Order: sequence, then structure tokens, then C-alpha cells
Amino acid sequence: MMELLAQTGLNAVYAASYISLVAVGLVLIFGVMGVVNFAHGELFMAGAYAVVALYADMHLPFFVAVPIGMLFVGMLGLLMEWGLFRPLKDNPLGGLVASIGFLMILQSLAVMGFGVRMEHIPPVTQEVWRITDKVGVPVARLYVIVAAVVLLSALWYFLKRTRFGWALRASAQDPEAAALQGISITQTARIAMFIGAALAGVAGALTAPLVSVNPHMGHSVIVTAFIVIIVGGVGSLEGAIVASVVYAFVHTFVTTFSDGVLADIVGLSLMLVVLIVKPTGLFGSADRA
Amino acid sequence: MLKPLMFLFGAVALIALPHGLSFSQQEILVFLVINILLVTSYRLLTLTGEWSLGHVVIMGVGAYASALLTKELGVAVPVAMFLGGITSALLAVLLSFPLFRMKGFYFLIGSFAAGEIIRLIWKRFREPFGGVRGISGIDPMPDFSLGFYSFDFFEPVSYYYFAGVIVLACLWVLWRIEKSPVGLTFHAVHWQDKLAQASGVNLRAYRTLAFAIASGFAGIAGALQAHYVGTVNPNSFDIEVMVFVLTWAIVGGTTTFYGPILGCVLLTVINEIVLRGMGFEQARPLIYGAIMILSILFLPNGLESIVQKFLPRRSTAKSDRKAEA
Repeated sequence: MMELLAQTGLNAVYAASYISLVAVGLVLIFGVMGVVNFAHGELFMAGAYAVVALYADMHLPFFVAVPIGMLFVGMLGLLMEWGLFRPLKDNPLGGLVASIGFLMILQSLAVMGFGVRMEHIPPVTQEVWRITDKVGVPVARLYVIVAAVVLLSALWYFLKRTRFGWALRASAQDPEAAALQGISITQTARIAMFIGAALAGVAGALTAPLVSVNPHMGHSVIVTAFIVIIVGGVGSLEGAIVASVVYAFVHTFVTTFSDGVLADIVGLSLMLVVLIVKPTGLFGSADRA
Repeated sequence: MLKPLMFLFGAVALIALPHGLSFSQQEILVFLVINILLVTSYRLLTLTGEWSLGHVVIMGVGAYASALLTKELGVAVPVAMFLGGITSALLAVLLSFPLFRMKGFYFLIGSFAAGEIIRLIWKRFREPFGGVRGISGIDPMPDFSLGFYSFDFFEPVSYYYFAGVIVLACLWVLWRIEKSPVGLTFHAVHWQDKLAQASGVNLRAYRTLAFAIASGFAGIAGALQAHYVGTVNPNSFDIEVMVFVLTWAIVGGTTTFYGPILGCVLLTVINEIVLRGMGFEQARPLIYGAIMILSILFLPNGLESIVQKFLPRRSTAKSDRKAEA
């Protein structure tokens, strides 16, 4: 029993790390641009397909394919910022609808390029890091955990210690005041969109060999990300990370001890309860929506 | 003089319409009629300024309720359809307690969560909802005869007439509601909520009322669909379908009664007849997505804004005349 608990805990840590990469990106985009990116799950999917193309089909090394995938999805983010969110700056509902349109485009591009069936990706490594005889973490999952810790720490340093990071946080807090201080709002939006998309992309790229890659995989990702950002408080990066951990543990334990659908119901109910009791979320302050 | 003639012409056109179409196009026509009711009921909710992502699931509630009533309790189909609508409306009243603590973006996400929970419950509990595979073998509408026309519900044309009459009746009710003082208050709740509240309007009650009415008609649309298709399952009411409804409403525009209908008809024709006919099967979501983006970028007020440009503004002309007098 102890072993099962420990193993489930480790699985939850893995889930928490890729969920937090996705959710932090979503929060960053919402914070700086005030738009809900419904296509975020499809950015995750695009990252996974980048690995399918580069690693599985073109046989590039996995650790070359992942950064390229991350950059590629970052570029998709820039495209969205330029083509959708900048022209629709004064129309938050419009931005949401446009991102739904973009989601459908990405999905059908994936169907046309790779087919609807699941992609089988050769495992990167079969090794398992054993803690005890029965408890261990597959090394491929360990990569995801390490990447999440490294990237989120780097993001934290960037936001809190560099001038660009200050500018970004300033324009998230008060765009007009930031603009009066000489911060280019367009520039910060571009950076936020690039980082946010790239984080979703790298999460998709790293988990591609571990999950079933298919054009509709983004759906469960975006649902999870929404739950996490609501529970954590829309606009709060720390909240998103804490909520990712909470959600991952709840979801993994309910899945292990009951079943997956029930775990989804529990997750969504958690979000509804937070919305009802404290709509600003666990870490949210004043709301911007 | 002109008006009755136009009505007569419209009625003849609607009755004659299916006879020029192929069998599969007739089937699409039935769905189109049902979807028109769905999108028009959705518009009633948007009048109060709230955009829900749970409307299709609410439609599914009507479908499931009607299917279960006929299958488990042996209720007659037309009665079950009506009760399906009632079930949806009652559920909406229940949901309004948590959901109307939220506004705007939070309502959007909250309605999405509530809808997903309902959908997952259908999926999880095989008794009585049938799990992932849903309920099949739902009783069809029993055939009947009106003397001059006998309905044979294996024929899509018959179901088109049947659904068409119900949908037209529902649209008429929705239209009357919108033009009534209640409907005007819905507008006030959206555009002048503080002022409306100060004038003694109970905002929460009116928002709940709009939600319940819209959901009730969505439920009837769901029941119409369930007894036509014969099966319901959780996946036929997922977020993808909701995205279509949202697109119809936005591409058509929601400031007029006919806007969403226009969007629904035009996009369905493009989708089913043009794209499918031309063999763009795989690229359909892509083209749909592109249409969505282009219309939100270049036609933010929807197709109705084009129509309004060419139609003489009757209502303003009338009020001008009043002002002169």
C-alpha cells in the first residue's frame, strides 16, 4: 500500500510538471494581453507533432527535436499575436473566438499532415530510475520534471530580475501606466505570447513519447489548464503552479483509486466550487476580466 | 398588401424546398431546422450579455430526458419532447444558482465546467444514461395523418414539416418574448444594468429567466433531434458542437433576431453542400476556422450588418415620423 501511494505520488509530480508548464503559459498570455487563448491545448499538440516529425520521422536526436519544437510553437504564438490578438485588442470576446478558429485550423492541419490515428513514437529511453524495488520514475518522465523546474525557475528569474521582466509585469498590472513609462505594449505582448506558446510547445514536445499523440489531444489539455488557472486565480503565476500541483495530485489519486472519468468530474467540480466561493481563485487579487 | 403576399410566398417556398433536394440534403435540412431553433434560443441568452459554453449540453439534457421518458416510462413522444424542454429549463434554474454568481469570462468558463460535468456524468453512469455509447433505439415519432397529408417519419421530408412547424411556433414565441416588456428588460439588464437595478429590476431574476427560457427551447431542439436520429450519446453534445453554435451566432451577428439564423443557414450551406460536395472533407474545420477568424476580424458586427445596410431601417423611419409629428 505504501508503495502504491508513493508511486502514485511520483506520477502526480510528473503530471504537475507538464500541467504547470501549460498553465503558466496560459496565465502569462491572459495577464499581459487580457485574452483567453482557447487554442493553448492545440499549441501543446503542435509541440508534440513537432517531435513526431523531427524525432520519429526524420530521426533527429530527441534533444534537438524538443528545442526546435519549442521555438516552432513560440513562432506560432507570435503569429497569433500579430494576426489575431493585436487587431482584436479592444474586443476580448473576439480574441477568444478568433483563438477558437485558430484551434480548428491547427487541428485540421494536424489531421491533414499526419492523419487522425494516434502516432507511435519510439521511446526515448526505457530506463527507469528506481528508488526502491517497486517504486520508480521512468527516465523519460524525469526529463519532463527537470525541464519544468528549470524552465519555470528561468521564467521566474526573467520576470523578477530582468528589465524585460519588469516591463512585462508592469504592462500586466496597468497597461496604460506602463505605456506612459515608455514600455512598448506591443513588444511586451509579443514576448508574453512567445513565452506562453513556447512553454505549451515544450510541454507537448517532451511528453510526446509518453502519451498518445493525436490531433484532438489538445482538448483535455485545455480543460485541465482552465481548471488550474481558475483554481489558482486568473493572472497569478504562483497560483497556477500551486494549483497545478493540487490538481495533479487530486486527479492522479482519483484516477488510480477509482477511474479517469470520475477524476475529471472531481477536477471540474473543484473548479466550480472555487468559482462559486472565491472567483478570484486561491491566489488571485483584483480581477481583470 | 405586400406583407401577406410575402408570407404566402415564404410559406410556399418552405413547403416546396425539400422536394428539390436529394435524400442526404433533405436530412441536412432537418438538422438545419433544429439548429435554427438552437441558435435562436442561444441568442435569447446573449441578450442579457452572458455567453454560455454549456448551451449544447443543455440541449443534450432535453434529448436525454425525452429519450428516457419514452423508453423507460412509455410517455408519448410529443409529450416527452415538451417535457424534455421543461427538464432543460428546470436544470437551468438549478444551475443559475452557482453560475449567476459569475459574470463575463467567469460565467463563460463556469458554464463550460458545468456542461462538462453533466456530459461526464452521462459518460460515467451506464444506468440510466448508457455510458459512452449513450441511448439507442429511441422511439421515433409515431406516424399520423392529417387527411390531406400523412406523415411517415422514415421520410426526412415528413420530419422536416413536423419539426419545421414546431420550430416556427417556438421562434414565434421567442420573438414575442423579445418584443414584450420582459424582452426589453433583458436588453436593459445587458446594456444598462445599474440603471435597470436602480429602477427596481431584479437583475438576477431576469438573467435566470432568460437562461431558463433559452435552455427550455434548446431542450426542445435536443428532443427533436433525439427522436429523429434515434440515438443520443455524450459525444454528440461536446464542446465542438458548441463551437459551431458560437460561430453561427457570431458570424451572423446577435443584435437582430434574424442574425444568428442567417449565420446558421449560410454556414451550414457552405459546410454541407459546398465543401462536402466539392470534396474538401478533411479541410472543413480549417475552412470553418478561417471563416470564423476572418468574420471576427473584418465583419465584427456579423452578416446582419450587411443586411441592415441594404434594408430600409423601418423602425428608425417610424420613430422619425413620430418625432416629426
